[in-house]
Amino acid sequence: MRESKLWSWHILSGVVIAVLLGIHMAIMHMDAVLEILGIGSGDPIRSDAVFYRSRQLYFMITYIILLAAALFHGLYGLRSMLCELSLSRALEKVIGTLCTAVGLVLFIYGSYVAMTVYRMGEVLP
Amino acid sequence: MQNRLSNRLGLWGWLAGGRYGPERYVYALHRLAGLGILAYFLLHIFVTGTRIQGPEKWESTMQFFGTPFFKIGEFLVFLAFAYHAINGIRLILVELALTIGKPGLPTYPYSYSTLRQRPLLIIAMLVAGIVMIIGGADFFWLTK
Repeated sequence: MRESKLWSWHILSGVVIAVLLGIHMAIMHMDAVLEILGIGSGDPIRSDAVFYRSRQLYFMITYIILLAAALFHGLYGLRSMLCELSLSRALEKVIGTLCTAVGLVLFIYGSYVAMTVYRMGEVLP
Repeated sequence: MQNRLSNRLGLWGWLAGGRYGPERYVYALHRLAGLGILAYFLLHIFVTGTRIQGPEKWESTMQFFGTPFFKIGEFLVFLAFAYHAINGIRLILVELALTIGKPGLPTYPYSYSTLRQRPLLIIAMLVAGIVMIIGGADFFWLTK
């Protein structure tokens, strides 16, 4: 039951990532194509563009949602692959706990960065 | 207690297609692409974390990652993402049983679910290929 629930979350997070990361990839890595289509906004990794986006509430929220979905999807996928190698129950438990801990730490760090940079708008010009 | 079969082949069990056909190789590549994306993503969290130290630090970090070596690496991540995402959508459709057709009596020539799903596999690979070509054009020719 628990595994099938986690598997459903894995699928759901995959859909969330496909949408949000698809937009992210289009903005960050298909900027020249977007420019040709008339919807580009210059070099997306220039600091003014990066900080402009980071200070928008919409981007801050989607970064955190994407972070959570990608961490869950990636680490659950890794755990599933490792557990397929016929490991002992104890080792499977250790891998599960490690993936959860790493995911939580990175989620806290990433969210902290997203929220701090969002608030930096009040300090930076 | 759940009964589980032993994975006698280990890592080879992931990678070798055996008699299973193209779907099995697509599956192995899906996993490899996923692992590559995960490795990049974990580093990406720390790289984008440099924003917290202000615009100057961000510019210097991007200057470091602006070399051709990292640009090619970034393109490989883009290829992995395009493949993993589009094949992932196909897998979700398969998982939801939307591609296996209606049940019926077996009539000659016999069909099976993998065969019925194959057109979707071909479409997914074509779409992934088109996205990869557009991405490649953006990375190497269109970006000044």
